Amino acid sequence: MNDLRILSANPATPVGDGHPTPAPTTPRRKSRRSWLWLFMLPAAVPYLFVVVIPSVQGTGYAFTDWDGLNPDWSFVGLDNFTRLFDDPQALGALKNTLLLVVAITIAENVIGLLLALALNTRIKSRNALRLIFFMPVVIISVVVAFLWQFIYTPDGPINEVLRSIGLGGLASNWLGDPAIALWAIAGIVVWQFSGYAMIIYLAGLQGVPEDQLEAAALDGAGPFSKFWHIIRPLLAPAITVNLMLSLVRGFMIFDQIWVTTQGGPAQSTDSLSTLLYRNAFQYGEFGYSAALSVVLTLFVAIVAVLQYRFLLRGGKR
Amino acid sequence: MKRYTWRTRSLEGVMFIVALLFLFPIYILVNLSIRPADDLSSPVAPTKAPTFANFTDAWNQASLGGAMGNSVIITVVSVALLVLLSSLAAYPLARITSKWSSLAFYGFMIGLLVPFQLGLIPLYRTMRDIGILGGILPLIIIYVGLRLPFSLFLYVQFLRQIPVDYEEAASIDGCSPAQSFFKVVFPLLRPVTGTVVILNGLFIWNDFLKPLLYLSGTSNQTLPVAIYTFVGEYDSQWELIFAALILGVLPVLVAFFFLQKSLIQGFSSGIKG
Repeated sequence: MNDLRILSANPATPVGDGHPTPAPTTPRRKSRRSWLWLFMLPAAVPYLFVVVIPSVQGTGYAFTDWDGLNPDWSFVGLDNFTRLFDDPQALGALKNTLLLVVAITIAENVIGLLLALALNTRIKSRNALRLIFFMPVVIISVVVAFLWQFIYTPDGPINEVLRSIGLGGLASNWLGDPAIALWAIAGIVVWQFSGYAMIIYLAGLQGVPEDQLEAAALDGAGPFSKFWHIIRPLLAPAITVNLMLSLVRGFMIFDQIWVTTQGGPAQSTDSLSTLLYRNAFQYGEFGYSAALSVVLTLFVAIVAVLQYRFLLRGGKR
Repeated sequence: MKRYTWRTRSLEGVMFIVALLFLFPIYILVNLSIRPADDLSSPVAPTKAPTFANFTDAWNQASLGGAMGNSVIITVVSVALLVLLSSLAAYPLARITSKWSSLAFYGFMIGLLVPFQLGLIPLYRTMRDIGILGGILPLIIIYVGLRLPFSLFLYVQFLRQIPVDYEEAASIDGCSPAQSFFKVVFPLLRPVTGTVVILNGLFIWNDFLKPLLYLSGTSNQTLPVAIYTFVGEYDSQWELIFAALILGVLPVLVAFFFLQKSLIQGFSSGIKG
């Protein structure tokens, strides 16, 4: 049986320290190993029930005109998908989602990395500062969204501060103006999660050897050249994780939009997730919104694969 | 050396300003929550006559107590199940090096890429058909299934770095696979268990969309949904709303301040693989 064909243990495992050569794979060990498969069963059941089966079903619904209630439905082939590319609402939501993803990913990572570099020095208050920057991460998104909804109101704190420092010209109806509402929402997410990126970069920076940096400084390397040649290659795993987290968060964004604007004004902040939720649970367009979620899945998967390969190549160089 | 100190100090000054910018929303939140309703001065100005009345009012009117109870039960049960199920499943996945095992591993990892939205509607229907809607059970099932791939990933990564020697010694001493897992392997997994608990606990505690969908219209609400409903009803009474918001995040913030070291470690240790 294939599942019993065991290679020896982890090749990285040191075998030495006085032991004799490792025992060859005996039938007894084989039966132990096959026993182990049972350990997977309790996890497989909820995973299949919650993730695998519904996702397959959901993909199936994407090719039907089912409304969620009516027992009569029929296969409509690719109609939902062709409709999607003629639907200005769906195209708008797609565009908004992509803009949000790009803005959030860049801003979170640039800010997070700068904060991490600043705190990875000898400044005395670094523990307190780390705490402050990280705090928004643990706050419930719904709470964050309501708080910012108030902060963004036309007579709210931001505009007041702007007016008081003589920048009244910049005061805006942040969430009410279709031209800027999307960026205002991106601002909320960036405030919330830059500290998360910072923490992961800080962990990555711990692996950067101090003596290498000092040696580079003695060789006359400036801060930028030190960053690029020594720190950046060692940060590659942290960068991968952070980009992945930001991208997925951006694609799936729901709470911050649903609480503040519900996709408005004039659909200017509609994302794939909010459009999908409205179509499925308010308009009863199950088939169509299943098609939307298939598109969302494809985006996440494509980004994940591309990014993984790209960073793998970059890391090896 | 002197130049270095000067530069460090000016960096520190810049960071203080950045920190103040970060704290500005929190300041507004606290400042308004302690403000009497008849105080109409600017939200930026410090509140002159602070009161705690908003907190008691918000607590009673938003029925946050029950919601908090539900949130605690859902979070604790789901996280406990996640730790148990995913550490158990990680064991064969990390130790068996056949192609079936890596196939199973990738099967679980696909779950990391599939957005929950894809299965949202069919799953809701299945839950309705088997008649468990209305309580908190569907949410626990959902969180366990949904967070399994991620938890499993963390456990497998960690287990692969632990040498097999301990388990082999245990099996030579006559332990069954289950015994050697619970007595030898599971205790060794403690650091990563911490990470799994923290990340999943926070995710589940803060989650909004699923309880909104599964619990709306029932008396069992979670904290985010209760806050959402409350704000809808007390539109623009911001003092009351902000008091409710603070009450909603207080438990996590308190835990955060006490456990900050391990919490921050938990957030960052998942990535060293």
